[in-house]
Amino acid sequence: MSKPKKSQLPGFGLTLGLSLSYMSLLIFIPLTALILYAAKLPAADFWEIIVDERVKSAFKISFLSTFYAAAVNFFLGLIIAWVLVRYQFFGKRIIDALIDLPFAIPTAVAGISLSTIFSSQGIMGKILGVFGIDISFSRAGIVVALIFIGLPFVVRTVQPVIEELDAELEEAAASLGANFYQIFVKVLFPSLLPSLLTGFALAFARGLGEYGAIIFISSNMPYQTEIVPLLIVKKLAQFNYAGASAIGVTMLVCAFVLLLLINVLQVYAKRRRKI
Amino acid sequence: MRTAKLNREPRWLKPTLMTVALTFLAVFIFLPVYTIFHEALAAGVFAYFGYFRDPEIFSAIKLTLLTALICVPVNTFFGVLTAWCVTKFEFRGKNVLITMIEIPFAISPVIAGLLFIFLFGSFGWVGSWLIEHNLKIVFAVPGIVLATAFVTFPFVARELIPLMQELGKDDEEAAMTLGAGGLQTFFRVTLPNIKWGLLYGVILTNARAIGEFGAVAVVSGLIRGVTTTMPLYIEILYNEYMFSAAFAVASLLTLLALVTLTVKAILERFIAAQRKIKN
Repeated sequence: MSKPKKSQLPGFGLTLGLSLSYMSLLIFIPLTALILYAAKLPAADFWEIIVDERVKSAFKISFLSTFYAAAVNFFLGLIIAWVLVRYQFFGKRIIDALIDLPFAIPTAVAGISLSTIFSSQGIMGKILGVFGIDISFSRAGIVVALIFIGLPFVVRTVQPVIEELDAELEEAAASLGANFYQIFVKVLFPSLLPSLLTGFALAFARGLGEYGAIIFISSNMPYQTEIVPLLIVKKLAQFNYAGASAIGVTMLVCAFVLLLLINVLQVYAKRRRKI
Repeated sequence: MRTAKLNREPRWLKPTLMTVALTFLAVFIFLPVYTIFHEALAAGVFAYFGYFRDPEIFSAIKLTLLTALICVPVNTFFGVLTAWCVTKFEFRGKNVLITMIEIPFAISPVIAGLLFIFLFGSFGWVGSWLIEHNLKIVFAVPGIVLATAFVTFPFVARELIPLMQELGKDDEEAAMTLGAGGLQTFFRVTLPNIKWGLLYGVILTNARAIGEFGAVAVVSGLIRGVTTTMPLYIEILYNEYMFSAAFAVASLLTLLALVTLTVKAILERFIAAQRKIKN
């Protein structure tokens, strides 16, 4: 590989300077403000805030609900992507476009709507009530909201990979006498796994920070249905800035770890696709 | 042309997967949309339009539009600059910069709002300077605009970067060799190539700017009629048990979301068509 030639196009200094300045003002300086405030807290105080029972249970509730929702999205996302790519049916285009609804609709709007549907008077609430399942105001409600929010991530990362799947590979396997299960387990699933994991991680990262879609369907009770973003809002409302900054920085660390993981997964998925 | 029919799927697979997928989408996509309009119109069409006579709804709509009107052009401008910078030039730390663009998507909207509380709050030197000069940023309109700009920054750049990487820079270099200026090259050569992708980024920016809730909720301070955007006003109405009015405001945002999805689907086909021509 030859060394890349120096670009002949103009505007390097200008565009780099302007975009870095803008990103600094909008992103880096505000991030620093939060981190500096939290860094000024004595380590013992910081630790005490984080290991507080209420904070610990909020983290547990957030991580678990997000994990369950992303796991549901992992399987249903695969099924929906498969159906959209492999089968022809009436209204497919419209359904395909509607998959992105959770991206397009404001989270608060989704929140009040899901809350109504799954309340004891709502359609889904009544159906599930027959089986003795109560979703709204419980932890299951949080999972329901997060399934909605995370739905497009898995579908949209897996869909193009299914489209690109090499039909020859499947045919070769079939001509060698493999049945569908063998083809799926040995050929299809391994090629889909990197993108499925990427979609899972994206849905997880988004879900962990979600606020608007959750607060309406959840009862928001401390120790039971209180998620971390809500706890931060509550600390702020009580002017407990030390608490808000410590929990905020901890969430920030989680987000950065997830961002890094997603980047690694995307590189891995891209490599697999090239082979 | 699809020869995948040869893959000998068992006969029960298609109906099973179709049922699972469509049932799931019915509950999580169709039902929420239907419910919003159903609840908004629960008291009749006459009542529905009556909700919009509330002056507070009017000021919420005005604030939401103002926020979008500032954030969308500014983020579009800087999104294009950033995309140009990382796709036309090689420099150290470029991949780090590309990852940094994603930061606003990676962190919780609540944290996004929190950042501005700590930057402009009364305890820092910025905060005390602002108080001295009698300027209000958080719990006021500028804070809402800043928080919205933060969460919507990545859309344009992340849409343009892969597109511009794919297109390469041969066209631009040819134009420059033929004597075109930098701006001329951008407007006559680059822009026509990326216009659909750019528009795609713009409508996503707009949808998020209008619908943002968490980040705005933290910096708003909920001063009624002053710092309540449409999504925040929905929360207020809902918490006051004015469900029909809450859903009426929600129905406007839902309509906008449906329009966004339609435009997005059309643009995706344009972008795909343009990609095919280029390759």
